[in-house]
Amino acid sequence: MVKEVIQFQPITRVPLAPEVIVGVMNLRGQIVSVMDLRRRLEFPERPCDQLPVNVVVQAHETAVSLLVDEIGDVIDVQEDAFETPPVTLQGFVRDMLRGVYKLPERLLLVLDIERVLDLENFTHETNAAIDMDLHKGHATESARRVQ
Amino acid sequence: MDEIVKDFLIESKENLDRLDQELVKLEADPSSKELLASIFRTIHTIKGTCSFLGFAKLEKLTHTAESLLARLRDGELSLTPEVTSGLLAAVDAIRLMLAAIQETEHDGGEDYTPLIARLADLQNPPASASEPPLPTGLPAAPVPLATSSPADSENAKPVQEASAVPPVLDEDLADPSKLGGLLLQRGLVTPRDLAQALHQQEIGRKRLGEILIEQGAAHPEDILAAQRALESRNPEAAVETIRVGVTLLDRLMNLVGELVLARNQFLQLRNRVQDTAFLPLSQRINLITSELQAEVMKTRMQPISNVWNKFPRTVRDLARNCGKDVRLEMEGQDTELDRTIIETVKDPMTHLVRNAIDHGIELPEIRKQAGKQPQGLLMLRAFHEGGHVHIEVTDDGAGLNRSRICEKAIERSLVSRQQADRMSDREIFELIFLPGFSTAEKVTNVSGRGVGMDVVKTKVEKIGGTVDVHSAEGKGTTIRIQIPLTLAIIPALLVTSGSERFAIPQVSLLELVRLETGKAIEIVHGAAVYRLRGRLLPLVYLNSELGLVTHPLPETSDTAVSIVVVQAHGYEFGLVVDGILDSEEIVVKPLGKQLKKISTYSGVTILGDGHVTLILDIPGLARRARIISESQEPSKIGKVPEGMVVTASQSLLIVENGSRGRMAIPLSLITRLEEFPASTIELVGRHEVTQYGGKVMPIVRLSRILSKGGPPSTAANNDDPVQVVVCSESGRSLGLVVDRIVDIVNEKLTIESPGQRGGVLGSSIIQRRVTELLDVVALMHDESPTVSEPEAPDRKGV
Repeated sequence: MVKEVIQFQPITRVPLAPEVIVGVMNLRGQIVSVMDLRRRLEFPERPCDQLPVNVVVQAHETAVSLLVDEIGDVIDVQEDAFETPPVTLQGFVRDMLRGVYKLPERLLLVLDIERVLDLENFTHETNAAIDMDLHKGHATESARRVQ
Repeated sequence: MDEIVKDFLIESKENLDRLDQELVKLEADPSSKELLASIFRTIHTIKGTCSFLGFAKLEKLTHTAESLLARLRDGELSLTPEVTSGLLAAVDAIRLMLAAIQETEHDGGEDYTPLIARLADLQNPPASASEPPLPTGLPAAPVPLATSSPADSENAKPVQEASAVPPVLDEDLADPSKLGGLLLQRGLVTPRDLAQALHQQEIGRKRLGEILIEQGAAHPEDILAAQRALESRNPEAAVETIRVGVTLLDRLMNLVGELVLARNQFLQLRNRVQDTAFLPLSQRINLITSELQAEVMKTRMQPISNVWNKFPRTVRDLARNCGKDVRLEMEGQDTELDRTIIETVKDPMTHLVRNAIDHGIELPEIRKQAGKQPQGLLMLRAFHEGGHVHIEVTDDGAGLNRSRICEKAIERSLVSRQQADRMSDREIFELIFLPGFSTAEKVTNVSGRGVGMDVVKTKVEKIGGTVDVHSAEGKGTTIRIQIPLTLAIIPALLVTSGSERFAIPQVSLLELVRLETGKAIEIVHGAAVYRLRGRLLPLVYLNSELGLVTHPLPETSDTAVSIVVVQAHGYEFGLVVDGILDSEEIVVKPLGKQLKKISTYSGVTILGDGHVTLILDIPGLARRARIISESQEPSKIGKVPEGMVVTASQSLLIVENGSRGRMAIPLSLITRLEEFPASTIELVGRHEVTQYGGKVMPIVRLSRILSKGGPPSTAANNDDPVQVVVCSESGRSLGLVVDRIVDIVNEKLTIESPGQRGGVLGSSIIQRRVTELLDVVALMHDESPTVSEPEAPDRKGV
């Protein structure tokens, strides 16, 4: 599902677009919508001086570039370390996750890319607070690793 | 799925489509041996392959169909409508089974025994004809020779077939497009010799002609002549075709689009390069790219016959269902359209054809009574003209019935009776395109269900086309569709707004206006307008509509203003932009799923400098800015009978006058809408005035004027604000105190009861309320007798 990773590119704003869509970008001639993952997961905004990275993913026959903070490693994980998100995890983010991998030092969240890209059916409805320890780096690794 | 099965499905589908046409043609010309032979061959091929692939049910059905066809071919049975229908039913059933195979790799769970029985029944003619001799020369005895048909490799079958049906072999023997068949047809070789030679050919490696000569079965000259005849007969076959997947073509189109963009960028850089060798090379690249683009566009072009091919069958079935007699004629089948247009136009055309037969063409008896031929004519025409494709569906039926349409429209509250009475025939006919109209009285199997004329219109308009209808009662109806030819590359104007660039498709563009100063823009009740050659042009500020600036409405200031005059669905308005750049040809690329829904954009493009630029959707923008409403109102198409005063469409300010109802004031006379504290209104003699713009302006209270009398009430002598409409004309001003400002409308007025009291020009129905039209100029006269009059005001229709 992850097609490629490229550095930050100029983005053309699209006025009136949903807020999570930062704009569109020219990816070697193909027009790709750019979605800020922080906004999508309802995290606080990135600091201005931090340049995001593009992770181009493909789902539902469209390509979308996700803006993330940084790219971690590509890692292999054991299937038996997988679990669905805990029921205590409330809030919108839960809808965006497929599950969790229990790594030795920490938990790795697995994003459900199809849902992330689906703005029609999966947007925030409630204002539930997200009570979890979310390392912002995790989200990017998950995006990388999702099949 | 196996490649073989896939190929079988594709090929069979094509064959079945052809079968439809041929069966219908056969019905019209039952004696055509060629048609019959071709039909037989097709069924036979399908039967062979499906038996080879193991689709037992399909094989059984095709086998029965083949038997029926064999009887027809042998002349033992004559072609009746029942037989044709039976065969067509078989074709449909085969289609269903093929679809099942595509999905499940089995030929489906349906039970086709009734159909098989029906086909078997049809094989016995009602009155048994005497057995005519079998076709000349073909031996009745089975010749167990292998042929190209794999079915014959099955062991049990061939023997059984041979007795029930003339041997498979004969079919190919008789095929005049092959050497053997041609020789046979010309009587230059006997069937037995030919059969033997073919057998030899299978076993050995020699060519048929050689074998025949060796055996002395035919003369060399005959064979040569036959071969030459075959070659010359195949000029169509000489144009070779290959099958290419549609996705591959689309990718090719995309790549060429990219190339065009890159070429555009390349050309921009060309000017910077000094190298003299560079220039001719860049020219070449330019030329080649343009040609490549043109050629690849052609691959997407398909003849409209692809859509029309199924109509003979559709028309036949439909006509029979309705008990009507209809002849279908098609003109311009080779007219080519881009594939996407074909897809869009397919369903609408089907609907139009069905409509014509169901509602247009009358029953034969009725036609006879009307002095027409009992057989109705349905004509399809397609041609290129002026950069557009024109498609016409014409029938010589009863035509559109004006009163019936009116009744239905009134019934469904689409128009009022008064409006309907005022509309021309053409306008009434266009009502059929309104949503909500298409529900027929009784929803037949044939039409009146879901796909209506409104869907036809929407689909066509979505690709930039138009639909219109012409009809003469009793004579017939013609529906005409016009579609522009090229889609993906359009000329556009680039503009800037709020530091972003946007593209406006030229098709929406009317003209460009540059105002040196913004003062010419007038603001009425929050709406900006500009007088363009006497007409009021509503203005839309692009940066405001797109949310690029935060303050609600820019003040009219001294800086220069650029206005792009555009039109959407016939409505004109001016788009105020920051700057106007050049015109360019741009490649339209679609926006992603998440952004497609934004109504103000119709796509996106990459400009020569690599920047991504949004393409504005002018109708979408117009809807968003409330220039046009969601539905198309019929109120714009009024025509007025004698005796009423009609004005041109103009903008009016509607005010409410306390309990006395509503009044309308022409926007062109209004300068500003103000609010003053009541205390600023002073009394001079009997007149109220106020200081405005450094001058003394008379004040008129509407309530006083129209209730005919009573002194000006100064009771409200406090700081309550009063709403004042400031009007001026020919240097005179007047402030009208009103109770409430309601709205601004843009309407044609029909002034129904002219001038019943002073100060009122007449009354009209606006927004469904009786609204009196203020005679502002007369009021000005009355109120300012002291002001020296300029030349007599020009009372052109208010």
